[in-house]
Amino acid sequence: MSETIKQFLYLNRKAPYGTIYAWESLEVVLIGAAFDQDVSLAFVDDGVYQLTKGQDTAGIGMKNFSPTYAALGDYEVKKIFVERESLEERGLSLDDLQHLVWEDEDDDYAEKDSIKLVSREEMTAIMDDADVVFSF
Amino acid sequence: MPIEVNGKSFDTDEEGYLANINDWEPGVAEVMAKEDDLELSDEHWDIINYLREYYEEYQIAPAVRVLTKAVGKKFGKDKGNSKYLYGLFPYGPAKQACRYAGLPKPTGCV
Amino acid sequence: MSTLHTVNKSPFEKSSLDACLAHAGTGANVLLLEDGVYAATTGTAVEQRMKQALDSVKLFVLGPDLMARGLAEDRVIQGITVVDYAGFVDLAAENDKVQAWL
Repeated sequence: MSETIKQFLYLNRKAPYGTIYAWESLEVVLIGAAFDQDVSLAFVDDGVYQLTKGQDTAGIGMKNFSPTYAALGDYEVKKIFVERESLEERGLSLDDLQHLVWEDEDDDYAEKDSIKLVSREEMTAIMDDADVVFSF
Repeated sequence: MPIEVNGKSFDTDEEGYLANINDWEPGVAEVMAKEDDLELSDEHWDIINYLREYYEEYQIAPAVRVLTKAVGKKFGKDKGNSKYLYGLFPYGPAKQACRYAGLPKPTGCV
Repeated sequence: MSTLHTVNKSPFEKSSLDACLAHAGTGANVLLLEDGVYAATTGTAVEQRMKQALDSVKLFVLGPDLMARGLAEDRVIQGITVVDYAGFVDLAAENDKVQAWL
């Protein structure tokens, strides 16, 4: 077995509910997580709206898939990059987003933060470093 | 084909998964198990109930890998393997346990 | 001739809102819905544009779409009215026509 571990980056740039992109991306991430790859998620532009807390879709008759983001830790997705400039342009801060964590088995199941706030410049580097970028 | 439970009819999809998760009651699992010639033990119910809790919290059915890890953590390391789960559910935790629990077919399960 | 304009696209992704505001006559009604509701919140890059628009048009935002997106009503720019689906229907009925900006 000499399979190369590739760095996969899922780039999310769409708001939830208005279009199907956000949910499709989440589904692909969950399916892809079954394969041992190095997975990162990036939330840029309107994509940052996917992570807002307190979503309640009862009034619009659609499935609320925001709780599913909290399952990403179970799927070994530990790197979720959110672009600071995208948040600021939308009047949002980290406090407006869900608190996403993953459990570190090697550290007595300690919960560790998954979301990392990065600048646009850092995001550029993250995109450059990825072997494969999936865009949604 | 709908299934009959205690005189009530429950709609299912073409693969036998419950059409509406909110319709579920324990009798649904009992009837589905009986059709598979399976007697449900407490160990079966641990898994079924856990799947329902997981779905309630995250709105998805967990992947088998995620389920085995969680079962090991919750019910003991000796149970956190696919051998244990397949011992309980010979057709597979996804195809059988999720179906009994009234959950939709797990994402990515073919 | 009164018109209800509707905008259902995010102002950060599409030019629908700008186009709508550029063409809506004085006294027109503009309803933000679906991804259009993001324009109604405070602290955004389009907040000034919205406040200017309030000088010439009436702005409404659909509450259920705000809730779905985790945006509480206290985030809505002052002067923009939150309406429910019944309010949407009333607006459609009160105006002579509805013009959608997709």
